[in-house]
Amino acid sequence: MDNVIEVNHLQHHYGDFQAIQDLSFDVQPGEVFGLLGPNGAGKTTTVRLLNGLFPSSGGSISVLGYDPGQAGAKIRENSGVLTETPALYERLTARQNLRFFGVLAGMSDEQIRQRSEQLLEMFDLQQRADDRTGTYSKGMKQRLALSRAWLTNPKLLFLDEPTSGLDPEAAVQVRELIAAVRRQEGTTVLICTHNLDEAQRLCDRLLVMRAGRSLAMGTLAELRKLVSPGLWLEVHFLQPFAGLEQVRKMPGVLSLQTESTQSLRIEVAAQAVIPQVVSDLVGLGAQILRVQAQEISLEQVYLQLQNQQHPRQSALVNGGAL
Amino acid sequence: MSWRKIRVIAWKDILEVRQNKSVLVSMVLVPLIILVILPVVMLVLANLPGSAETLNDPDLQTMMQKMPAAIKESLGDMNDVQSSIMLMFGYLFAPMFLIMPLMLSASIAAESFAGERERKTLEALLYTAASDTELFIGKALAAFIPTLLISFVSFLVYALVLNIGGYPLFGRLWFPLPSWYPLVFWVTPAFAALGIGATVLISTRVQTFMGAYQASGALVVLVLGLMVGQASGVVFLSVWVGLILGFVIWLAAGVLFFFGIQQFNRKALLYQRAH
Repeated sequence: MDNVIEVNHLQHHYGDFQAIQDLSFDVQPGEVFGLLGPNGAGKTTTVRLLNGLFPSSGGSISVLGYDPGQAGAKIRENSGVLTETPALYERLTARQNLRFFGVLAGMSDEQIRQRSEQLLEMFDLQQRADDRTGTYSKGMKQRLALSRAWLTNPKLLFLDEPTSGLDPEAAVQVRELIAAVRRQEGTTVLICTHNLDEAQRLCDRLLVMRAGRSLAMGTLAELRKLVSPGLWLEVHFLQPFAGLEQVRKMPGVLSLQTESTQSLRIEVAAQAVIPQVVSDLVGLGAQILRVQAQEISLEQVYLQLQNQQHPRQSALVNGGAL
Repeated sequence: MSWRKIRVIAWKDILEVRQNKSVLVSMVLVPLIILVILPVVMLVLANLPGSAETLNDPDLQTMMQKMPAAIKESLGDMNDVQSSIMLMFGYLFAPMFLIMPLMLSASIAAESFAGERERKTLEALLYTAASDTELFIGKALAAFIPTLLISFVSFLVYALVLNIGGYPLFGRLWFPLPSWYPLVFWVTPAFAALGIGATVLISTRVQTFMGAYQASGALVVLVLGLMVGQASGVVFLSVWVGLILGFVIWLAAGVLFFFGIQQFNRKALLYQRAH
């Protein structure tokens, strides 16, 4: 099946400011794809370009088979967008908000009524559906904004910072809703976020951006391998251990980090070499208290990517094999 | 172009305006002060004993001397009180009536266009499948329809106040004068359109409702010019002058709308936000 989104060498500038530079990525059907980057990385501009709110300065885009420059309205009709702020009409009720956006999306009155009831129930808003949304809590507003984005049963959903400004409880609730609705409706989702935990929990693949450029793209496992090709073992000893040089020379060991005289971090090439490394450590007289395999977190991947240009990143960015 | 989408945009904006106290206050206060309170006070004073002497003020008589022949002729066989009331509310007040469509349309349009930006709802609106033209027409209608309705209702109320309050003085229904018909049904819609056109243009450049409203409020100078012109006898809003004035204002509104539509597109609105 064709990709839902295909972006090739996208460029965009506001006057002299280069907002997007040579950005390429694709999003597959049913996938949750994350655009990850700090404020000003170009995530929101990318979403605007994908929706045809204005034309790009260069490169090519295809969204749901349409060129946003030519058929932006068609894309917007078949997609839903959750903007960074809930952007609700606070003097209107939830039902009135949904009706307004439903009509603009071309839905019939009956379709709007049925779908609104379904979403209000799904998002637990039915009790307050006839209250002005200005009286809602932040979490309720965000849930209603999500309902609005889902109103048309869109094939593609853009979520811009979906949990921004929410308290932890509301953020968890919104994340669970996104995961549930995605499972239920099989919608393709593009999430813009700088919330690493959210990206790690929700996204199948990620594109890490900085200053309008792509730094890396892939699944979390692929990104982990990109910044740290091996697997990390944290080893704690009962007594101080002095055989660091011998460890460094062991087969399958890529690098070492000493935490203290009684603990060590060892990067090994693969899971299969762990028993041999542990056995060799014992052979060197190490009194091992605990061995723990550690996966590098998305936060570590992200910070490393943001802070340095990794020599192997170009292969990933350009879609090369890992 | 979908009229259903245009209707829902106008419906939403009118619903929001109805809930906005600051806009509602201006919608009620302006007509109330200009078209009810002021005439009622004057008519009460005119019906008091001794009003003839008060209204036989030399300044008022000098002003009456300066009036065009058509006005002097229509006031010819009236006494001082009758002619003063008719001069004031039948002729001199006519330009004042035009303040209403201008201010109302400007305040509703500012709420509708700049208000979206101020309340951060603009972006969600721009992500809908509605075209720029549908958004523009829907929003313009949301300002135009209530302005016209309120203007027409205010005109009816004004006519009632003048006829009821003036009956003891004139002994007949004397208002509206013929010159008011083109003013209300031709010049008033033109001024409403002018107010909307100016506000749309300004709204694409300012961030807040108040900013847009205050800037477009400068158009009131036009009405003040008409008032001074009529009070000094330079202009007389006769039927023909009303028709020509309406035509000129419609043209000006058309020019503002033309430029407003150029500005009202997703790129311009978001590009401005990004800076």
